[in-house]
Amino acid sequence: MFGKLSWAAIPFDQPIPLIAGSIVIFVVLAVIAWIVLSGHLPYLWREWVTSVDHKRIGVMYVLLGLVMLLRGFIDAIMMRSQQAFAYRTPGYLPPEHYDQIFSAHGTIMIFFGAMPLVIGLMNFVVPLQLGVRDVAFPTLNSVGFWLTATGALLVNLSLVIGEFSRAGWLPYPPLSELTYSPGVGVDYYLWALEISGVGTLLAGINLITTILKLHAPGMTYMRMPMFCWTALASNLLIVAAFPILTATLTMLVLDRYFGFHFFTNEAGGNMMMFVNLIWAWGHPEVYILVLPAFGVFSEVVSTFSRRPLFGYRSMVAATMAICIISFTVWLHHFFTMGGGADVNAMFGIASMIIAVPTGVKIFNWLFTMYGGRIVYSTPMLWAIGFMVTFVIGGMTGVLLAMPPADFVLHESLFLVAHFHNVIIGSVLFGAFAGYAYWFPKAFGFRLHEGLGKAAFWLTLVGFYVVFVPLYIAGLSGMTRRLQHFDVAAWRPWILIAAIGILIMACAAACQIAQLVVSIRQREALRDQTGDPWNGRSLEWATPSPPPAFNFAVLPNVRGEEAYWGMKQRALEQAKLGEEPAYVDIEMPRNSPTGFVCAFFATFMGFALIWHIWWMVGLAALGAYATFVVFAWRDKDEYIIPAETVARIDRVNRSARNAVLARHEGAP
Amino acid sequence: MTAVDATAGGSDPYRLGHDQESPTRQRTLGHADRGLVSKRIVTAFGFWIFLLSDIIMFSAFFAAYAVLVGETAGGPSGRELFNLNNVGIETAALLLSSFTVGLAGIGARAQSGSWFYGAMTATFILGAVFLSIELREFASMIARGAGPTRSAFLSAFFTLVGCHGLHITVGLLWLLTIMAQVLAKGYRADILRRILCFGLFWHALDIIWVGIFTVVYLMGVAL
Repeated sequence: MFGKLSWAAIPFDQPIPLIAGSIVIFVVLAVIAWIVLSGHLPYLWREWVTSVDHKRIGVMYVLLGLVMLLRGFIDAIMMRSQQAFAYRTPGYLPPEHYDQIFSAHGTIMIFFGAMPLVIGLMNFVVPLQLGVRDVAFPTLNSVGFWLTATGALLVNLSLVIGEFSRAGWLPYPPLSELTYSPGVGVDYYLWALEISGVGTLLAGINLITTILKLHAPGMTYMRMPMFCWTALASNLLIVAAFPILTATLTMLVLDRYFGFHFFTNEAGGNMMMFVNLIWAWGHPEVYILVLPAFGVFSEVVSTFSRRPLFGYRSMVAATMAICIISFTVWLHHFFTMGGGADVNAMFGIASMIIAVPTGVKIFNWLFTMYGGRIVYSTPMLWAIGFMVTFVIGGMTGVLLAMPPADFVLHESLFLVAHFHNVIIGSVLFGAFAGYAYWFPKAFGFRLHEGLGKAAFWLTLVGFYVVFVPLYIAGLSGMTRRLQHFDVAAWRPWILIAAIGILIMACAAACQIAQLVVSIRQREALRDQTGDPWNGRSLEWATPSPPPAFNFAVLPNVRGEEAYWGMKQRALEQAKLGEEPAYVDIEMPRNSPTGFVCAFFATFMGFALIWHIWWMVGLAALGAYATFVVFAWRDKDEYIIPAETVARIDRVNRSARNAVLARHEGAP
Repeated sequence: MTAVDATAGGSDPYRLGHDQESPTRQRTLGHADRGLVSKRIVTAFGFWIFLLSDIIMFSAFFAAYAVLVGETAGGPSGRELFNLNNVGIETAALLLSSFTVGLAGIGARAQSGSWFYGAMTATFILGAVFLSIELREFASMIARGAGPTRSAFLSAFFTLVGCHGLHITVGLLWLLTIMAQVLAKGYRADILRRILCFGLFWHALDIIWVGIFTVVYLMGVAL
């Protein structure tokens, strides 16, 4: 009846996951109870869960990303503390649990922390910057988000029901095959990623279509803000790379569920094929994450240096060059495969070449700052911290790109330090910069600057205190994923790294405090004008938060930095343009399709993990029924009458007129 | 920081990032000057992007097949298993169905019920013929002990060809849904867009089948 599921799946004998799981369940239930009892449920359902508004979906993506970031960070604290204790002792985490923790840490951070943050920012910002009212496929956008949430739910479910994978964040066979991983851990990993991978693919298709097909009049490709370009490159990579992940994981599923022989040791299976295929997705994935972060930094550096982005065209060229070259370097993740000197040299050189366009970008940002009047706000601090940190990470990367050096440093903590150096330095810093930069746009008030700066400095310092010792330990031969060790020379470095993670924990506390304090002081931090940073792109032309339709009248773009041009014209003439003729606006109607799809996907994933076949069939039927019901609906749009549009836009215009008047009053 | 200091430091004396409204740029305005494109174009474009991603997924299965084609583990190879007559009938049925789905698209746009339903029914029958021959081939291979668990080659074969067959199955289900929808709702703009997408989907499956026919069957028999 329930497949492999029985009471033995609940870890009654393991206090740590049981207590952690109970606390999470308690908190989730308490939040749900509070929502229901205080009567917020209808609001939540109407305005968020069923919303197809790209801004709302973007905010939900970011929220999911932040929560999962915290979850992955707790894993990181457990790993660092385990290693700090486990010198010639077993420590407090048994090996089978420690292996689950490092697997969950990587999986959660990449797929459910970094990806939702990046996709959320793109979802929120790109239509606003292009001057349009929504993405190309609003309901599909909601489906994509909820499928991602399903994946995150399944991974976290493994904490209390069953176990998670012990095979690392990329489940290399033959370890991940049924012979060596007979439990449900790898299955949790596989189905969580298969389902959320579909969600990511939908988001990618949606954003490409939006960027290439929907623009405000006059918004040509070479006038798009840099963030839109990097979003385009990132989504092209999603569409080109995620199908490979889906196919590869499907092959592993077939091996595990039906006894196929893609990657097994017997009957001609080839485990190196898995490693090749997974990295053919995995390396582009790095750039899927990092390119939007580059876009955020481009916006932030230019806004807070009060200058246009230096070398816009070279930046576009560098972005697209990275987009293509990122598909030609995957083998540098396993130089030790035995591909031979020629193969390794080819991929080593390609890996070094990809540093060139990245270097172009760094110089462009530096030249943008050069001679500018730099405002050291929180987003700008993240951007500057990124440039320093990322260059160091890039240099250790070029070092690792040399096959002879890689043979020595392969699978060492040096490698671990390197990729954390680039991913934290770029993606995490970029996500936090974007979060601080666009938060006022999303919610109408700014984040507390003092706590934001404190979080930045603690993160930066904590980051170096954690990872510089790991570089050194790695150079002295310490390999990754050690549950315990007995080499005295490594011990001091591991202890320093443990201190570093405490500093980073303080940074995380500052981030949470910043959000709480900012919400409480929101009246003082209110963004009255919609343009709190003196911005340059079109999202700052809308009020904060923007109305559902974003723009009352689609802006007429006359050059690069569309909003800056409008603002300058308004300042020169000391008035806004004439009030436009408002017309009715058609907007997509809310739809529970995404949520219902994810509901069935969750059951299907769970049933597949536990081999509950009747539930798989039932969930598939439900998903098909959802599709038919969605296809059958007659009205997919509603009208916002011209009077409402006019009323909302006049508020925005009067706020901006007030600014102009004050500006006139001042000399 | 408010928008009050809107002009503070806003100067760009060297016009480094700017190229505003220079005469040479006007020529590149092209596509965007027309404003928003039609829903039909947007939907079909997005669906094409999806189809490209689907083709990339198939390319991963093709790559796996190419790597594992020689790994028969002492079991049968393609030369012993494939029957080109059956594959010929499959190919003919599928290519013909691409033609009929084209007719269905024209019929829908002309709002001609007989053409639309007739051509869709023909497409369904041809697809079902294809699918039944494929399933019979699979069943006979499994009965002869040449199932997907026999060797890595057969795993890759069943996955690649089976994935295409699964797409055909989903396509047939989609086809019936669309026919029911036209019956219930008529030739509405959004339904016409779906028919367009279905046509693209069906043609893309044909393209993939040409690859399978060549790489798996023709080369398999020749090798």
